[in-house]
Amino acid sequence: MSAPEPARREPRRAESRPDPDRLSPAAPEAARPAPSVSGAARPASPAPEPVRSAPPAPEAATESAREPATEPPTEPAPAPPTEPAPEADRLHALLRAYEGRAAATGGSGRDPVNLPMIRHWCEAMGDTSPAYRGPAATAPPTMLQAWTMGGLSGHPAGTGRSAAYDEMFALLDGAGCTSVVATDCEQEYLRPLRPGDRITFDTVIESVSPRKTTALGTGYFVTTRTDVHAEGELAGTHRFRILKYRPARRNEDAERKAPARPRPVVNRDNAGFWAGVAEHRLLIQRCTDCASLRFPWLPGCNTCGGAEWDTVEASGEGTVFSHVVMHHPPFPAFAPDGDGGPYAVALVELAEGVRIVSNVIGVPYDRVRVGMPVHLEFLVADPELELPVFRASESG
Amino acid sequence: MTPPYRVGDELPPLEIPVTRTLIVAGAIASRDYQDVHHDAASAREKGSPDIFMNILTTNGLVGRYITDHFGPTAVLRKVAIRLGAPNYPGDVLRLTGRITELRTADASSGGASSADTSSDEVVDAVEAIEAVVQVTGGNGIGRHVTGTVAVTLPEPSAKRTGA
Repeated sequence: MSAPEPARREPRRAESRPDPDRLSPAAPEAARPAPSVSGAARPASPAPEPVRSAPPAPEAATESAREPATEPPTEPAPAPPTEPAPEADRLHALLRAYEGRAAATGGSGRDPVNLPMIRHWCEAMGDTSPAYRGPAATAPPTMLQAWTMGGLSGHPAGTGRSAAYDEMFALLDGAGCTSVVATDCEQEYLRPLRPGDRITFDTVIESVSPRKTTALGTGYFVTTRTDVHAEGELAGTHRFRILKYRPARRNEDAERKAPARPRPVVNRDNAGFWAGVAEHRLLIQRCTDCASLRFPWLPGCNTCGGAEWDTVEASGEGTVFSHVVMHHPPFPAFAPDGDGGPYAVALVELAEGVRIVSNVIGVPYDRVRVGMPVHLEFLVADPELELPVFRASESG
Repeated sequence: MTPPYRVGDELPPLEIPVTRTLIVAGAIASRDYQDVHHDAASAREKGSPDIFMNILTTNGLVGRYITDHFGPTAVLRKVAIRLGAPNYPGDVLRLTGRITELRTADASSGGASSADTSSDEVVDAVEAIEAVVQVTGGNGIGRHVTGTVAVTLPEPSAKRTGA
């Protein structure tokens, strides 16, 4: 079985030789530098993919620790918007109404401060400090928020986040800002936490930024502040900032949904061929000196070297001269089911005697056979691309 | 770096391999059960190439970096971090720090000044009871975290060693 050797200059070579660019694995998102939004003197951060998640509880926002790929405001009161958007910031006006309102009131820690959780934390962090062990142990201050977390079971009904917080998040979700990324965590520790301390907390919505456009998408920075009490005494504060945003659509996402065949390269040597395809005519070159037919299209005659030519329209009848089945790499644009293959690539011998590389359709890839009769059809691959393909005849 | 501390002192870097175990253990120790921190398939469904470290673990590691250096009697007063490039498994987080400010008892109790960053005078350091450290944590894909930590210095070191 011979390989489809004319593929090098064959107009539809892309069908048998997939575009290398499209075969490369997509560059990891993380390797793609993201532009800094504010232009502050900070190296461009890699952009992560957005995490789509349900509106988080106040503490859950910390849990979506994603790269912001942006410059969230340093101050609790955010800087002016990066883009003037008067009409969109009608939403901002609505959101600002929630500033100062409670996000959680009278929440209580699921467990008092305790040594097992402290030990698990220290094991995870590799923290061997003796301050967190023994009879005089205190909790690592950075555990502050852990004591307020609902965990898998969440907080009991009626505690935890407020209706106002839910409403604000519903507004953002309604505007398409369904994704969350944690950007900042600022904790102050006023008194050590010791085993046995009972934890309560209150969270207030401190500020909502104007609409910001970041590498991740467009949305609003929401800053909350949680006061954590131990035995009723203020033990620390936890300011937390998230970006609640509508994820920016990435081009490759769109391409993945609607894979398109690579475009043919049309040049002065093969333009006539593609002009024929546009008219649903498969044109074969004929040397006007020696009358040899040639395909694919070339500037000169393979037989006599003559430079002059005209064309003959193929009848459309042919037989499979040879074929291969592409299993790997998967290439959705070429497979009829869109799954990436396998699919058959055939070298079809036309009734006129020349051969053309194309696809055989109308028969499963594993039923294509040498000698199978086929006839020409024009496939609308997408609105901008029609291609000559060959349908297996019924007897095939 | 030993006491007395000076503004501009660099802390020795701390390299922390970002293993799956660390990411998962940190998430669970902080009671953070978001699937993107332990379930690679779910993380991929949400567009992330893999699981990644949660912010509370980063916070804990920054705190540990400071208290590892200043000793168990140093007390964290404030940890403020901003996240950058995510910590994915297989990476290495490299924490570095630099003292940017030393506060004396006067300054800490509401006095007007802290140590001038242009001053090398040891007397500032001797009297310092609190240090402010700028922390940066880089990984293989960029800057994972930048932050500021305020820490109360261990008394004996600050008072005796420099005198």
